[in-house]
Amino acid sequence: MADSTGIAPRLRRRGRNFGPGKIGLWGPPTALLALIIVGAYIANALLGTRAFLLPTPHVVLGKLVDPKTAPDIFESLGNTALVALVGLLIAAVIGIVWAIAMSQARWVERTLFPYAVMLQAIPILAITPLIGFSFGYDFPSRVVVCVMIALFPMVSNTLFGLQSVDRAHRELFRLQGASRWTILTKLELRQATPAIFAGLRISAGLSVVGAIVGDFFFQRGNPGIGALIAKYSARLNSAELFASVLVASLFGVVIFLIFGWIGRRAVGKWYDFG
Amino acid sequence: MPTTTKTDTLLDFTDVQMTFPDGTVALSGVNLTVNRGEFVTVVGPSGCGKSTLLRIASGLETASHGTVELDTDRIGYVFQDATLLPWRSVQANVELLAELHKTPQAQRAAKAKEAIDLVGLTGFEKHLPRALSGGMRMRTSLARSLTLDPELFLFDEPFGALDEITRERLNDELLRLFAEKQFAGLFITHSVSEAVYLSTKVIVMSGRPGTIVDTFEVPFDMPRDPEVRFTPEFAALVGKVSHALREGHN
Repeated sequence: MADSTGIAPRLRRRGRNFGPGKIGLWGPPTALLALIIVGAYIANALLGTRAFLLPTPHVVLGKLVDPKTAPDIFESLGNTALVALVGLLIAAVIGIVWAIAMSQARWVERTLFPYAVMLQAIPILAITPLIGFSFGYDFPSRVVVCVMIALFPMVSNTLFGLQSVDRAHRELFRLQGASRWTILTKLELRQATPAIFAGLRISAGLSVVGAIVGDFFFQRGNPGIGALIAKYSARLNSAELFASVLVASLFGVVIFLIFGWIGRRAVGKWYDFG
Repeated sequence: MPTTTKTDTLLDFTDVQMTFPDGTVALSGVNLTVNRGEFVTVVGPSGCGKSTLLRIASGLETASHGTVELDTDRIGYVFQDATLLPWRSVQANVELLAELHKTPQAQRAAKAKEAIDLVGLTGFEKHLPRALSGGMRMRTSLARSLTLDPELFLFDEPFGALDEITRERLNDELLRLFAEKQFAGLFITHSVSEAVYLSTKVIVMSGRPGTIVDTFEVPFDMPRDPEVRFTPEFAALVGKVSHALREGHN
């Protein structure tokens, strides 16, 4: 796409003279981070005898290389990642199929959409006993919680994408006598890809949240970082607690970025994927 | 609807009426024929049912009253917008219709290549629609329809959104294609000079409900010389059509 005959200026938007540039992009958040770190040291100093509640940043970071805590933290993170990934995969498949079903007929949409909204409104806490009865207190239940939290954006984004097809495009296919299946695969799903990837990116972040929430309720087997956070918090190990939270949120950010990248790779040629 | 006997008449509307579910009468008592070798243009104010005429002819809508006879199943339909699929290259967009008809890959690639050459887009096969100008997108759209080898070409104000220069150039291209490919055309526009320049027959419609108020034969030879637009005869005909349009509108 970088050849000089490409006329659209939009393609060159990421060029050097456009946009905020590297310093403009990374400067402000870096400055804020520095401010937060300085603030943490000041707060720690001001807390006096209760300083253990807010450990200084270098102590927190130290826990990530400390051989006594680091293996625990990273092993748990691995477990969380597995739950999140499996949960995301299931949420994506269910969400896309659900949305396709709704896009096929108005009455299906009217029948199924309220349940998608309801699913999103259910307080997970309230139904954990139910999930525990049905799926046990191990890996499967953690995945179920993760799927429930990550599902809605997949459903709503895919549906939005499928319905954003132009009327004229639909007629173009209809004029050639194209079947529903052809219209779905060659038109609707293609048109929906950017929305599906946007949904995946949101759901990916949520799946990490879901996996951690799942850990709190279902701790058998190899629970993830949520269980570790619960343990550290019960023991008032605040430095370890901060370290785990930091790792968990960084993991969420990384997943978000990875899916953003995949999305741009998939549709960036024809769609400005944010 | 399609009959099997080959006649000179490709499309025949008899007393066609179109009433929408909300009660709007879009067309009323429309009689119209398009013969082989004819390029018929329909001019009328916006909302007079011109597009509905095309939608009925193409089978996208069914007339609520009257008969429509169509003597071909090779119909090209050019929309108001280029309606290209943004994820497909020019080549893949032009191949789309053949693909929907399950034409083998090699055959449709060749067909598309030929059509792309015809509209002068050679060298742009790999470009995505967003890298093209409005005029080039419309050419791609034309090429896409040309792959069907249409006997009847339906145009729904295809050049309405283009600038004057591009529009005139595409008018000339269309006239060249018309001479070369021998299709019949039914062209909707709201530009009177475009109508007179392109067609062998101009039909004037009035709105609400859409009815045909006048028909003009265009006497200028095909292939048409672009200079014809600057002759007094051309100006006189444009004037007559414009008058009919204005009277029909009042």
